[in-house]
Amino acid sequence: MDKPMRRPRLVVVGNGMAGIRAVEELLKLAPDLYDITVFGAEPHGNYNRILLSPVLAGEMTLADIVLNDANWYQQNRITLHAGKRVVKIDRVARQVIADDKTCVDYDRLLIATGSLPFMLPVPGKDLEGVIAYRDIADTEAMISAAANHKHAVVIGAGLLGLEAANGLRLRGMDVTVVHILDVIMERQLDRAGAEMLQASLESKGLKFLLGMQTESLIAAKSGRVGKVRFKDGSEIPADLVVMAAGIRPNTALAQAAGLHCDKGIVVSDTLQTFDPRIYAVGECATHRGTVYGLVAPLFEQAKVCANHLAEFGIGRYQGSVTSTKLKVTGVDVFSAGNFGSGDGLEDIVLHDKNGGVYKRLVIEKNKLIGAVLYGDTTDGSWYFQLLKEKTDVSAIRDSLMFGDAFTNNQIGDVGHAGISKAAAMADTAEVCGCNGVCKGTIVKAIREQGLFTLDEVKKHTKASSSCGSCTGLVEQLLANTLGGAFVPVNRNEKTVCACTEHTHGEVREAIRATKMLTTGAVMKALEWKTPNGCATCRPALNYYLISTWPHEAQDDPQSRYINERAHANIQKDGTYSVVPRMWGGLTTPDELRAIADVAEKFAIPTLKVTGGQRIDLLGARKVDLPAIWADLGAAGMVSGHAYGKSLRTVKTCVGSEHCRFGTQRSMDMGMKLEKMLFGMWSPHKVKLAVSGCPRNCAEAGIKDVGVIGVDSGYELYVAGNGGIKTEVAEFLSKVKDDNEVMEYSAAFLQLYREEGWYLERTVHFVQRVGLEYIKQRVVEDAQSRALLRERLLYAVQGAIDPWAERALTPTSSTETANLLREFTPLLAMENLKGGTNERMAEALPH
Amino acid sequence: MSAWLKLCPIDEIPVLGSRVMSRMNRPNIAIFRSSDNTVFAVEDVCPHKGGPLSQGIMHGNKVTCPLHGWNISLDTGTACSPDEGCARTFPTRLSDGVVWLQVSRD
Ligand code: SRM
Ligand SMILES: Cc1cc2nc3c(=O)[nH]c(=O)nc-3n(C[C@H](O)[C@H](O)[C@H](O)COP(=O)(O)OP(=O)(O)OC[C@H]3O[C@@H](n4cnc5c(N)ncnc54)[C@H](O)[C@@H]3O)c2cc1C
Ligand code: SF4
Ligand code: FES
Repeated sequence: MDKPMRRPRLVVVGNGMAGIRAVEELLKLAPDLYDITVFGAEPHGNYNRILLSPVLAGEMTLADIVLNDANWYQQNRITLHAGKRVVKIDRVARQVIADDKTCVDYDRLLIATGSLPFMLPVPGKDLEGVIAYRDIADTEAMISAAANHKHAVVIGAGLLGLEAANGLRLRGMDVTVVHILDVIMERQLDRAGAEMLQASLESKGLKFLLGMQTESLIAAKSGRVGKVRFKDGSEIPADLVVMAAGIRPNTALAQAAGLHCDKGIVVSDTLQTFDPRIYAVGECATHRGTVYGLVAPLFEQAKVCANHLAEFGIGRYQGSVTSTKLKVTGVDVFSAGNFGSGDGLEDIVLHDKNGGVYKRLVIEKNKLIGAVLYGDTTDGSWYFQLLKEKTDVSAIRDSLMFGDAFTNNQIGDVGHAGISKAAAMADTAEVCGCNGVCKGTIVKAIREQGLFTLDEVKKHTKASSSCGSCTGLVEQLLANTLGGAFVPVNRNEKTVCACTEHTHGEVREAIRATKMLTTGAVMKALEWKTPNGCATCRPALNYYLISTWPHEAQDDPQSRYINERAHANIQKDGTYSVVPRMWGGLTTPDELRAIADVAEKFAIPTLKVTGGQRIDLLGARKVDLPAIWADLGAAGMVSGHAYGKSLRTVKTCVGSEHCRFGTQRSMDMGMKLEKMLFGMWSPHKVKLAVSGCPRNCAEAGIKDVGVIGVDSGYELYVAGNGGIKTEVAEFLSKVKDDNEVMEYSAAFLQLYREEGWYLERTVHFVQRVGLEYIKQRVVEDAQSRALLRERLLYAVQGAIDPWAERALTPTSSTETANLLREFTPLLAMENLKGGTNERMAEALPH
Repeated sequence: MSAWLKLCPIDEIPVLGSRVMSRMNRPNIAIFRSSDNTVFAVEDVCPHKGGPLSQGIMHGNKVTCPLHGWNISLDTGTACSPDEGCARTFPTRLSDGVVWLQVSRD
């Protein structure tokens, strides 16, 4: 009898990579929704099938590739029937029945039965020593054959066949690869690439028999397979035959249950089969006519499927672009997308036969649609990203072939842009400079902890979790270690953080469309998975609220990083630094005197001129900040926001006020811009510069907005960056006078404020939306420009100096007192015995 | 030996925020208030490199250290995986809207 209020039952058939991934994703979203039962025909927990190749090659052990051990099933209260094959689905009774008669009811069923290897229907296929390459049992059979026999024949020269052949060779066998076509890996490579690959594998000792059709397998005296015979009558010795001639979706069970199948089980964009209670993911499913045979798309399916099983109903699976990489140590092959030739397709080819490098890029309508790389696959993940995101490559076409490093770093790179070839790095080489993580640690974590994505690597190793400049390198390591299983994140689809399924774009849009005014309201409306979000999403939400609904949305100090809450920069020892604004880099004797006085009065240990043309007082105690601000305020100074995702500095050169070359009054222009933008919050920090002539002494070429005076007016540049990766600003427009500089700058920055994603600097924003779009909104369309500017001015209107608000003066009001709590330490009111003792805490013996 | 100290009305600690109790010659104690008004007390010293936890962003029962982003569980003081380490915690009590803290005298 059913207990009242029982949980619905989810049964999963297939304990493999796609099925269990779906369960993991489901547990993340709704850990307690279902009673879960999993059937797996193999007698193991879920393991990383793609790493069977390194196991065969002797580079890893079976223990290394387990993804979910018995403990995991137990901890998540999942009943696992390992070693039991489901033989029947009864859709009327809603039951599955296994080969040992175990019978389990379901409310929802997930079919993830994977594929069956295709066994050539030739005489002798059932002899001992004839196997496929699919699971642990096959791998073990190959390892033991290698220990006891000499001749191996692998039928099929695709990814799987070559990895099998390579592993058997490394285990000492004499290996021949037989292929029916006259070119290997025809599905992943073109002829030129394939020939280079074949030559390289031959030099490692593999033999190839191409254009050969197998007729039969002939037994030796022992009864085990002994020879392979071909259609042309020739024969070769074979103590082991591995069939790697393709896979077929494993649909027998579903078909018998009357589910609609073509190649695989037909599923919708929500991974539902024709029976709405039954879902299917993985190699057994057909989605929009395609069956996928690589894990990356299967993981995407698993994620969407889990979302629907969890009853969120948000995601749609729209198909995947796949990439592959051969996992043979010392041989680098990568391919992605479409690389046939035909009308409207353009090829860019680099072919260095002696150097062992071949690269081919296929372009259609200014978009990269295919890439084949042999010998140097460093840029594989970059090309794959361009391909997936359908980036317009016309602007970088000239340098596309030379890779990410060359294309995106043509000037003064500081040297850690992630370009040194990941594969060539020593295990002890440092990848993440911020967190001190070396290559070996990352590769080990990817393999042993079963990591597949950048986020997972960040979480488990901390690599790439700080400044992010090593992201490219970490992605290369993922790609090298996982082959085609690696999914580079599509930046347009990235969720804000793990607390939500929504992307930045979706969150922004929801806030605008339904006029939400508090972080709490957003989290509720968009079904945040955590009660108060986290340190990543809360600041983002807070910014989206105040930038979308200025003067109306509620600014939440607890959702701001400490610097923006304390209005000073926290230092490594917990003290703070204070940077007063010096408009346009100019100062006065009075201001300098006030700074000197403050420094002496509060024993500030360090005074430094910053890279932003102003003075930093470093090492102030937090309790002293309100009094320091009061003193600076008395001399007319205000916060420099050196701590904020906000306007930082407007650097200027001396300009025509003094300089013999100056064409414009750059100091004055800079000051006016800085005053106009005072109090502006933005997705990330914003820096400007104004130079009086093209000699550009204010370095306007690497600023978010750069202004360069010329005889007839000004040139405006946007989206430069001088930080982690130097990026030269792009020319936006020529303007005629100071007013136009202000108008265009304001409009550009407002567009960034409205459409940029939190922590996205202008350079990345412009790369994402395209300079053409910016020009259209800011330069070509005068009305759009005027409206943008108006909205910016409205947002900063009446901006109060945060320091003045918090300055500690004898007449401080109670409101100020509330703001000052942040800076005031607590003292115990009394101890247990009731004796009041204000200094109780201090008085405690130690 | 230990003693309970009466600290402050709970309203003086912002929701999802903290206050610092300073001590002489000993590490400060950070007092946190969660969104369901649970009060936590931990030594204001991050197990990583000593960052002031009180200055971090609080979410759930955790705080993210402001210096390098470690997440610390405030109920136990332990760092969340993959980081390892532990900050010392102190018992707290809430009665009649007033926060009490137990500190040891030795
Ligand atoms: C004080 C200063 C260094 C100096 O002594 O000169 C400085 C100090 C810090 N910079 Fe910077 N940057 C300073 C000028 C720069 C410049 C040069 C400039 O502004 O002309 C750059 C390159 C230009 C640019 O931003 O494009 C710069 C690029 C960065 C970056 C990389 C940003 C990027 O998008 O690539 C970071 C990291 C970040 O913001 O996430 C950073 C972050 C930091 C932080 C805030 C690190 C942190 O989070 O604690 C440093 C605070 C130190 C402190 O003790 O408060 N700092 N930083 C400079 C303050 C300028 C000012 O007056 O406001
Ligand atoms: C050697 C090798 C190397 C590979 N290398 C790569 C690579 O580098 N990159 C990449 O992206 N992909 C690679 N792949 C492919 C990848 O492993 C598969 O795409 C992926 O495992 C498919 O996941 P799945 O869950 O659909 O199927 P599987 O992982 O095969 O899981 C299906 C499971 O269901 C079980 N099952 C089937 N029928 C039943 C039943 N009736 N009852 C109970 N259980 C049942 C099966 O025993 C199996 O355990 C490789 C595959 C192999 C074999
Ligand atoms: S001031 Fe800037 S460059 Fe210098 S250590 Fe800090 S973040 Fe790095
Ligand atoms: S000191 Fe806390 S994370 Fe580094």
